[in-house]
Amino acid sequence: MSVKKETNSPKTEGAHGEGETRRDFLYLTAAAFGAVGAGSVAWPLIDQMNPAADTLALSSTEVDLSPIVEGQAITVMWRGKPVFIRHRTEKEIEEARAVDITALRDKQTDEDRVQEGHEKWLVMVGICTHLGCVPAGQKDTDVKGEYDGWFCPCHGSHYDNSGRIRKGPAPKNLEVPEYTFLSDTLIKIG
Amino acid sequence: MGSGTRQKLDNPVMEWVDSRLPVFSLLQKEYGVFPTPKNFNYFWNFGAIAMVMLVTMIITGIVLAMNYATTATDAFDSVERIMRDVNHGWLLRYLHANGASFFFIAVYIHIFRGMYYGSYKQPRELLWMLGVLIFLLMMATAFMGYVLPWGQMSFWGATVITNLFSAIPLVGDSIVTLLWGGFSVDNPTLNRFFALHYLFPFLIVGVVFLHVWALHVTGSNNPTGVEAKGKQDTLPFHPYYTMKDSFGIVVFLIIYATFTFFLPNALGHPDNYIPADPLVTPAHIVPEWYFLPFYAILRAITFDIGIPFTDIVIIPAKLGGVLAMFGSIALLFVLPFLDKHPVRSSRYRPWFKWFLIAFTVNAFVLGLCGGKPAEGFWVPLAQLSTFYYFAFFLAVIPFLNKKEPVMALPESISAAVLEKKSAK
Repeated sequence: MSVKKETNSPKTEGAHGEGETRRDFLYLTAAAFGAVGAGSVAWPLIDQMNPAADTLALSSTEVDLSPIVEGQAITVMWRGKPVFIRHRTEKEIEEARAVDITALRDKQTDEDRVQEGHEKWLVMVGICTHLGCVPAGQKDTDVKGEYDGWFCPCHGSHYDNSGRIRKGPAPKNLEVPEYTFLSDTLIKIG
Repeated sequence: MGSGTRQKLDNPVMEWVDSRLPVFSLLQKEYGVFPTPKNFNYFWNFGAIAMVMLVTMIITGIVLAMNYATTATDAFDSVERIMRDVNHGWLLRYLHANGASFFFIAVYIHIFRGMYYGSYKQPRELLWMLGVLIFLLMMATAFMGYVLPWGQMSFWGATVITNLFSAIPLVGDSIVTLLWGGFSVDNPTLNRFFALHYLFPFLIVGVVFLHVWALHVTGSNNPTGVEAKGKQDTLPFHPYYTMKDSFGIVVFLIIYATFTFFLPNALGHPDNYIPADPLVTPAHIVPEWYFLPFYAILRAITFDIGIPFTDIVIIPAKLGGVLAMFGSIALLFVLPFLDKHPVRSSRYRPWFKWFLIAFTVNAFVLGLCGGKPAEGFWVPLAQLSTFYYFAFFLAVIPFLNKKEPVMALPESISAAVLEKKSAK
């Protein structure tokens, strides 16, 4: 009886593992289980803040392009954000393609920003990549900035007519969303 | 705490309560006979004033919430209904809106007092840090509160500030989506901001409790910065400072009431009376005045920081601005550990005093820059001011630690007061 007691005592265990006892192991595993448990309880509480299923369900939109004449731009809503759709003139396309891209902050050719065969359509999220304002430049009467594209009035970012950042604090070009041409005059954004 | 030294109270009901839960003894100890330095000037009113404003904000806020609709479609109209139809609604809303401004005025003066008289120094470091934490919570609360009327400034202010988090490398965009609960500031954002705007004031109350607790452990600093050494240096809190605080509170409330009744929109922005429109950004977005200095710091970083003569960017301008803005508050937080000079009060620190006054003027200049469009000479001015803001903490204070002569301090508060009297 007394012998058995001795082998089970933490002291004897400790003698084997250089100061590490069975108790230390229990502490560690208990803490690890506790952390995993607390994390799995916390996750739903945090994740509920992410977009809900109905919000995600609204994540694509279709736009009919036929009423937009050359040189005209429209703004549509997609995911609560404005999307700029511009029917570009030949001159604008030429200008956009003549730019030396090595001089750009966010190096991107105009070809990368439009879809092949649909070069006259420029589709971009109308949100300044600095802090999320809507740049001016959709209307003929708007201030279009120094590069004759879009100008963000909040912190003074200038975009060219391909929506590329040229001057000001914004780090990136206006984002081109995912979109597909369902027909020549109908696109689906998202 | 189960002390046997509690003094018996005469009133039998109070005695019955006090012997079971010594609330009256506690009040008497902490607010009745509490020994308080006898040389306070009016700068020492602003803690109590801030407390009054906090209570005012909570009370007016709770009754406003009873009339507010938390949906993006109804929020703006419900606020207009409060202004036009709800009994005394206009008063409650103007008290709440101007109350935020006056709460910040009180707290800014309180912070200045702490810096000028070296109240943050050993042994009051934690007291100071709890104060900075309160300030941070106040900023978060005020920001979310400003979003609730769902006007143009609400919407675009929320958009710009939440977008700050997108500057964080890798996880930035996911964090912004998490904050929004969607792909832009919208109904889910408004709902959570309302929930948190209601919660945060109570967190502030909690931290204020710790702040006051810490204050009552060390006792108050005073204009000489010399610790109270005995009875000759102090007065009982009541009636001396209950009276002085009451006077200051009344004067402050008169100014607050003047704004509420006669200039209710002077501190606000007219664009916030236009309903939020996600398709149109106002030409000039400005935050509320109390955020302007920090907004100016945010916008002052217009350049990428990278390896010179290469295209490699380590900190893009946007991240740089965000880091500078949060850094400016982080520096306040660690101020007790930056300033190692043995003298507390600016009264006996002639060098520090002028740098601090320059720092204060500089804060106003930053505020001015933050309110102007980021163009022309406002940009280099904001950059210069931002430079001084950081230099004050990171260059001036370390320099003064080493070089500013240590002046002879008065022997005690009492000695300083008597000396001043005899000089007259």
